[in-house]
Amino acid sequence: MSDTTPSAFVRQDLVDERPAPVKTTGLVGFLRTRLFNTSGNILVTIVCALLLWFTVVPTLNFLLVDAVWSGKDRTACLSENTGHVVGACWPFIQAKFAQFIYGFYPEQERWRANLTFFLGALLLLPLLIPRLPAKGVNAGLFFGAFPVVAFFLLHGGGLNGLGVSWTAGLLSGFNDSIGEGGRKLAAAGQSTAVIGPLLWLLGKLIVLISTMISWLLLPLTWLRDLIQAFDRPVWADFVLSAVIALALVFWFGTGKREGLRPLVNCLVIFAGIGLVIALMGLDRGGLPVVDTRLWGGLLVTLVVSVTGIVASMPVGIALALGRRSTIPLIRIFSIAFIEIWRGVPLITVLFFATYMLPLFVPTGFTIDGLMRALIGIALFAGAYQAENIRGGLAAIPRGQDEAANALGLSWAKTTALIVMPQALRHVIPNLVNSFIGLFKDTSLVSIVALFDLLGSMRAAFSDPNWATPTTLFTGFAFTGIIYFVFCFGMSRYSLFVENRLNAHRRN
Amino acid sequence: MAIEPRKPPSQLVPRLQRALGGRAGWSGFVVQLLFVAALAWIAYEIVGNARANLQAQRITAGFGFLANNAGFDVNQTLISYSGSDPYTRVFLVGLLNTLLVAVIGIFFATVIGFLVALGRLSPNWLLSRIAGGYVELVRNLPPLFQILFWYLAVLAALPNPRQSISIFDSFFLSNRGLVIPKPIGNPGFEPFVAAALVAIVAAILLARYSRQQLFQSGRVIKVWPYVLGLLIGLPLLSILIFGLPVTFEVPVLKGFNFSGGARVIPEFVALTLALSTYTAAFIAEIVRAGILAVHKGQMEAGSSLGLQRGSVLRLIVIPQAMRVILPPLTSQYLNLTKNSSLAVAIGYPDLVSVFAGTSLSQTGQAIEIIGITMGVYLLISLVTSLIMSIYGWRISRSMGG
Repeated sequence: MSDTTPSAFVRQDLVDERPAPVKTTGLVGFLRTRLFNTSGNILVTIVCALLLWFTVVPTLNFLLVDAVWSGKDRTACLSENTGHVVGACWPFIQAKFAQFIYGFYPEQERWRANLTFFLGALLLLPLLIPRLPAKGVNAGLFFGAFPVVAFFLLHGGGLNGLGVSWTAGLLSGFNDSIGEGGRKLAAAGQSTAVIGPLLWLLGKLIVLISTMISWLLLPLTWLRDLIQAFDRPVWADFVLSAVIALALVFWFGTGKREGLRPLVNCLVIFAGIGLVIALMGLDRGGLPVVDTRLWGGLLVTLVVSVTGIVASMPVGIALALGRRSTIPLIRIFSIAFIEIWRGVPLITVLFFATYMLPLFVPTGFTIDGLMRALIGIALFAGAYQAENIRGGLAAIPRGQDEAANALGLSWAKTTALIVMPQALRHVIPNLVNSFIGLFKDTSLVSIVALFDLLGSMRAAFSDPNWATPTTLFTGFAFTGIIYFVFCFGMSRYSLFVENRLNAHRRN
Repeated sequence: MAIEPRKPPSQLVPRLQRALGGRAGWSGFVVQLLFVAALAWIAYEIVGNARANLQAQRITAGFGFLANNAGFDVNQTLISYSGSDPYTRVFLVGLLNTLLVAVIGIFFATVIGFLVALGRLSPNWLLSRIAGGYVELVRNLPPLFQILFWYLAVLAALPNPRQSISIFDSFFLSNRGLVIPKPIGNPGFEPFVAAALVAIVAAILLARYSRQQLFQSGRVIKVWPYVLGLLIGLPLLSILIFGLPVTFEVPVLKGFNFSGGARVIPEFVALTLALSTYTAAFIAEIVRAGILAVHKGQMEAGSSLGLQRGSVLRLIVIPQAMRVILPPLTSQYLNLTKNSSLAVAIGYPDLVSVFAGTSLSQTGQAIEIIGITMGVYLLISLVTSLIMSIYGWRISRSMGG
């Protein structure tokens, strides 16, 4: 039996070679799969290419090819003089550069603005790089020390008191106002019929309380007067504040467990304050004062946004905790406060700060125009930040809270040491996104007569020396690039942090 | 001997504690008292200072000024208005202008946003990159910058009316704004509207009927030819019988400007353009995230049931995506409405510009006017968030039940 007979169904000859599969890698493959795979896609690709051709090419032409790069005044940017179509008029930017960056900040004082920019960058950059150590110290310096130093650098002026004088002034002012209110209430009670006696009694009670408080405050005010009698009140106050603060820290903070650490921290902080006072000569009147009306350009944009960012954090944390609190009235107040600021446009908040706020302070006491805008922006940004932080707090599992309670930590310690650090770390991307929004919103201060970057640009347009057909587009291109670089940088950073936080979820 | 069950302790004191001080008990109550006292003190100081300051400036507080004559003109009004009208009228004019920008801006922003989102999700590399570039560029520039750019740079650079850009010889775009044909009602207008309404109602009923049939018996009734016939046929019939509903008055260039037609002021064009393109970038991201949030398996399951791609999108993907999209979408709509207050920078007569701007500087009644303006915006956003929370509640109920 042999099975050599060839079966009819077994193939005898080789199959023809099939063509190689369509290449899906490399440039050609990419073109085939992503751009020209179907007829519809080919059409889309052609339309898109045309769109690019008619937008990107003219833009590049305008910005680079046809641009005028040097000149003294508008005549350099007129097509009669150049002989070709004129694109961007960069000499305009060169001439107005200082105005775009500093506004009308006096020329011999501009080093102060530069130094502030430099200090800010020096403190901010290490804060942004997650790998670098000492985040706590760094954040403390950026959020606590830097604003103060920046204020005295940019604005100038000195001090004539410190902790003790301020506390004494604040408390006695507060107390006086309470006493005043009590007296008015008592006077009103005498003229009212039915509830009069009650009001009178309440007023007298308030006056009594205020008098008692003023006795309690006597040592403090006595100390203040003593300090002001020195020929160098700042240093006297400095030494006294340091001694009092150290005594308080020693009394409350230094225990067996912490050792002398709080004391050392407190000493270091006071040494820092002393160093700043000595270096900047704050005890001798400080740097010459530059009125905020002279500030402008990118300087104001950065001042407003950094202040907004720094001030919105404590406001936001306080409001977020208030909104989660179980104490009814605090909760209701926080909800109302957050919802009101979030429900209105920023421009009405700025109008509120500019026109209404001056009515709310005592007559004869004026708030600086920039300061008003800063207050409005801090409250507005604080409300938005509160919602972000609340989201982070909600994401922390209850077990964390309960574990901290089981260890016997108080509410304050639970929040400050366990819950808040985790919550804040969770919401860094959201916080950065709010900062982007805030940075863009700072352009609105130009509507309430502050010359930020956008306002300086508009002011520069009105200069007849540079009135050419392309001046407007050049100005918009320049400021647009600055805004874009800042916002885009922040959004990339937010993405980077988000990826880092979600690293464990990636698969 | 049976053990007497002990009576549970009285709950009155703990309940009172909770009501007054929350979880913190009496200490919470004390904190609350101190807080209220501080607030009362601040309010007292503010009222006292405001009264003294107003007296110094010789301004009488109160809303009486609203009845006074405004005495200034507004360059775009939806209701009749003249300088001798009271401030209440100015308020209404401003509010309507704000709402007009908001509605038209929302429409365009939604359309552009959805298109850009689809472009970003497109398999075509170039298209998705262009859409992405658009989103990144527009999102990272301040809205005020964009409004000023369109208004100062682009619209001002347009030619004057004599050389205006015309579309079909009836729309003219120039540096004086956009001139469009103005519709004028004819006798045939009312029958036309009636016919259109009847057609729409009938079409909805038909669609419902076919759906009901589908669910009850599984029969598919091809309903769209009838619907289309109804929607086109009935109005067409009314036109044949009663004549054209509207005729358009086409603008004609006379001298240095246009006569006839309706003029859209350049401020409106710039504001709507800037706000809709700006908000569209955010909407595009929301829509993209919403569509990506629908699990891929949903689409595959739909396809494996034999549905076509369009039907899968319409019946399966989009309803699920809408649930994710809608809340942030409404908040973008609110943002657009709030951003329309930037009109004050270019002089478009919106609420902030004519009421909190011109009226405020004329009367000096800062507290009342800013209070009213903030109240209007607050009301708009509270009503919207109320509607959204009702919607969210219904969704969560339908998902859970």
